[in-house]
Amino acid sequence: MHSTFPVIALLVLLPTVGAVVVGLLPKSRRELVLPIATALSTLPLAVALYILWEFSATDGAAFQFTESVSWYEPWGIGWNVGIDGISLLLITLTAILFPLSILASTSVVKDVKLFMVSMLLLETGLLGVFVSLDLLLFFVFFEMTLVPMYLLIGIWGSENRVYAAIKFFLYTALGSALLLTGIVALAVMYGNETGTISFAFQDLLGLELSANAQLWLFLGFGAAFAIKVPLFPFHTWLPDAHTEAPTAGSVILAGVLLKLGTYGFVRFNLTLFPEATVRLAPWLAGLAVVGIIYGAAVAIVQPDVKRLVAYSSVSHLGFIVLGTFALTSQGLQGGVIQMVNHGLTTGALFLLVGMIYERRHTRQISDYGGLAGVMPLFAGVFLFMAFASIGLPGLNGFIGEFKILLGSYLAFPVMAILAASGVVLAAIYLLWAYERMFTGPVTNAANAGLKDLNARELTILVPIALLVVLLGIYPKPALDRIEPAVENIIERIEEATGHESPEFGRIDDLPAATGENSP
Amino acid sequence: MDFLIFLIVALPLAGFLELLFFGKRIGEPGAGYVASATVGISFVLALIAGFDFLQGGEHGRTVELFAWIPSLGLNATFLWDPLSAMMTLVVTGVGALIHIYSIGYMHGDPGFGRFFTYMNLFITSMLLLVLGANFGILFVGWELVGLSSYLLISFWFEKPSAAAAGKKAFVVNRIGDFGFLIALMLIFNSFGSLDYGSVFEGAEATLTAGTATAIALLLLVGAAGKSAQLPLYVWLPDAMEGPTPVSALIHAATMVTAGVYMVARTGALFELSSVAGAVVTTVGALTAFYAATIAIGQRDIKRVLAYSTISQLGYMFMGVGALALVGGVFHLVTHAFFKALLFLGAGSVIHAMAGEQDMGKMGGLRKKVPVTFATMVIAWIAISGIPPFAGFWSKDEILASVFNRGGGYIVLWAVGIVTAGLTAFYMSRMMFLTFWGEPRWDDGVVPHESPRSMTVPLLALAGLSAVGGLINTPWRPALEHFLEPSFELVDQTHLPEAGVQVALAAVSIAAGVIGLLVAYRRYVSRATQLEEGGRWDTLLAGYHVDDLYGRTIVAPGKAAADVMAFTADAKLVDGAVNGMGGLVNWAGRILSKLQTGMVRSYGLGILGGVVGVVVWLLVAGGGF
Repeated sequence: MHSTFPVIALLVLLPTVGAVVVGLLPKSRRELVLPIATALSTLPLAVALYILWEFSATDGAAFQFTESVSWYEPWGIGWNVGIDGISLLLITLTAILFPLSILASTSVVKDVKLFMVSMLLLETGLLGVFVSLDLLLFFVFFEMTLVPMYLLIGIWGSENRVYAAIKFFLYTALGSALLLTGIVALAVMYGNETGTISFAFQDLLGLELSANAQLWLFLGFGAAFAIKVPLFPFHTWLPDAHTEAPTAGSVILAGVLLKLGTYGFVRFNLTLFPEATVRLAPWLAGLAVVGIIYGAAVAIVQPDVKRLVAYSSVSHLGFIVLGTFALTSQGLQGGVIQMVNHGLTTGALFLLVGMIYERRHTRQISDYGGLAGVMPLFAGVFLFMAFASIGLPGLNGFIGEFKILLGSYLAFPVMAILAASGVVLAAIYLLWAYERMFTGPVTNAANAGLKDLNARELTILVPIALLVVLLGIYPKPALDRIEPAVENIIERIEEATGHESPEFGRIDDLPAATGENSP
Repeated sequence: MDFLIFLIVALPLAGFLELLFFGKRIGEPGAGYVASATVGISFVLALIAGFDFLQGGEHGRTVELFAWIPSLGLNATFLWDPLSAMMTLVVTGVGALIHIYSIGYMHGDPGFGRFFTYMNLFITSMLLLVLGANFGILFVGWELVGLSSYLLISFWFEKPSAAAAGKKAFVVNRIGDFGFLIALMLIFNSFGSLDYGSVFEGAEATLTAGTATAIALLLLVGAAGKSAQLPLYVWLPDAMEGPTPVSALIHAATMVTAGVYMVARTGALFELSSVAGAVVTTVGALTAFYAATIAIGQRDIKRVLAYSTISQLGYMFMGVGALALVGGVFHLVTHAFFKALLFLGAGSVIHAMAGEQDMGKMGGLRKKVPVTFATMVIAWIAISGIPPFAGFWSKDEILASVFNRGGGYIVLWAVGIVTAGLTAFYMSRMMFLTFWGEPRWDDGVVPHESPRSMTVPLLALAGLSAVGGLINTPWRPALEHFLEPSFELVDQTHLPEAGVQVALAAVSIAAGVIGLLVAYRRYVSRATQLEEGGRWDTLLAGYHVDDLYGRTIVAPGKAAADVMAFTADAKLVDGAVNGMGGLVNWAGRILSKLQTGMVRSYGLGILGGVVGVVVWLLVAGGGF
């Protein structure tokens, strides 16, 4: 918005350029692949940081840096992109996690080049999803993430990789089919209304849809997103995919890919189908609460630590969906910030699990024990990330969870109370796992001589740890950017449906600090 | 002034950060000096900053640092009023003494630096808890003291029992926090704010009796977790796995009193619900009595003190529940003195006995550890409620106020009196078994007095335990006067008239003396050894409540999780998915020629498809 330079195009295409560069590296210089790929992946990060810097917080509701190039005028298909406060943070998260997870991939030996090409193409896809303001473009990027992730799991995964990859692929492809159907139907309806078909998000926002059409379209879009999130009971692809994927794959899956679902709900379902949203909100919030408790309970008894972290994602994503469909400003803000928080902490937990796996080649909790004495630094960082994930105040996870709980109580008190039990369960599954892996005497001789974190591993973990603290103590800059965008969505729903976001759900309703105003 | 208050918290925090990153390098004893100095200076600063309150009538100030979660109206703001000043003085004062003591106690431990890192983290967190000006910062401190407690209980993490105890403490506390969180949701829902000022001043006009009761009872759930009240007390006895200074600081003097502080702080909410107040008082009275009975049967000197702490916290709950807020907080202060002293004394005894904690293997230690013995005697008399030592004044104020409420409260008063007798009894039993009689030491144990760094804090606390009660006597209620501005919104319960007070005091002193005498006859005159068998085993095992919880909550919970994970999830939900997959697969056999089984060729096919769509779009759209 400050210049006509297409900064978003640059952001999205840089990883692809990187993929091409990596692909052209000579076969004989394998050792160069990882350093070069890491270096290349910092370029989009630089652009993302530039965008973060230039983004105007006061205009957080508006799409900024917009670019619009028409491809196929008659159908209104084009390169319509822009960034608002919601996508801003997800872009930054994506750009941060990629260099870190590429740097963490030293144990990949098979086809390193193809691995890095897949990672970089995946990054283009993910960044593309978050900036797309054209539904067909969105769909193309949405699909584009599928292939590299499928390859990452299927080629570089562990024992059960093929099963996990195919399951991941088929499951999400099923959702995609419904999504595409929904998108085309929406565009055609727009065409019937106005005479010209359009896939442009801004055009479609103006479309008046019947309650029935909204319901069906919501379900079509929602199916794809619910699978991605994943919402209970569509979650069973997740533990398999997360567990079998190589470390970098798990980090990106949990850190970013799942957010495609929650982002999709926020960006499209809430805005395009407000009436259906209001109607279905209690159901989705209900499924979210089931997911919170169910995911956590199942996590407790997992014998495989990676699977445990995977199921914790089901629980955490449940919080995000609950906050979203509370349809209060507080809940939705909490949901958005929690997308970032979960990406950081769960991403870090997967990185840590990967690091210990590289040393011991086992994911079974029972194979460990007493690691805190052997690898004190590793244990400290693990515990730190575990507490961030548990939602310890002062660290990032709390901010989102707290806002979600307060915000959803205003709309669905009973569900919010049930969801709050998730905080007890999270402490149980993570601390019990920590107890079994890290405390007590070293019982297994194979664990005795393990090396503590090295400089490369610290380079990966320290930036995340800093962000975890920063977002926990001073989340204001992030929240300031989310808030206008979220208010915008809630206002839209209120105007379109007559639904009233409950008292105190909106910042305007806060009484003055004197405490004189009371309901 | 604002900067001074900021420094009170910032210094221990700086100490924590320094030790976190350089603790290993600083090593022993430097780490102990850094930690003790930061806490000690904070204490001095708190004295200076609190000086104005001594004149009385001063309401204090809020110190706003930065906006934390603006859309919830939550800022990082400190409230410096008489109550928070008093709590700060207790935390940093007792904290500094225990830090100094720990330099000697932790001597030679490989985790010396780590220990003081955690201790400073605790002090910082506890200061956030007591200084927060809204429920948000209170909750931050609340959870962070839980973290410090977890870290310090499982300090010797190589020991499985220590690791398990730390986890248990955190999880049980989280169950309490579940209630606390719901209370916060209700408060935010009712007021749209979590600021103390808005909530307390608006409470009467805003809350219905029902909502007030709900909020107060949910806060009680949180308080019961942190302050180890029925039925959530089970973590505290296990917490004795931590080093003894930890037990003294966190699990006796300060952290466990956070629940009492919270009820006192939110007195304006509890005042609106007579039901909630009665529940708090009843829970307190029952806990006091119940834990005292268990304390009678313990063999481990630290576990006696642990159950004693639970019992004494019960008294504090009786006080704040009956809206005798000053009385409850007063007992918090005196208890911090004498219970910290008892724990540190016990630590000194354990130190002298080369790690032995079983009273069955002690006895006759009077002459061997004279300073420890002499100081512990003062604490013993103080907790037994013998005037003019500290415990008498505070406990008596609580009991007299409870009595003055009349009605059912008189029954609770009677429970308190019986508990006073039991307290004197079990505490005397502990003292007699440890210091009197014939030595029952293991071979090779040569008891010796502890170093100066340990005995000096004992002497300081002994002084406070002796005269600390005089800060609030019926004829000179200085503490009440001091705290008045903090409690002005609350219509507190008053003491009965002088004659009744004297009579009540006589009854409670009598209870204490009877307890002492019975114990003397049993353990000194008749030289009774440690009891075993029958009912004593039941007491020793704390009525087997841990087993009960294990069988009725933990085991079924785990079984349910197992069913969810390995039956519901793996077979039902995932089974359905795989079933669908199988169906599709069957249909797909028709196309089986395309199935080469190579993941990569599938991938390329898909990639090709996506590229095809894009290319088509470009071409159809006229390209670039």
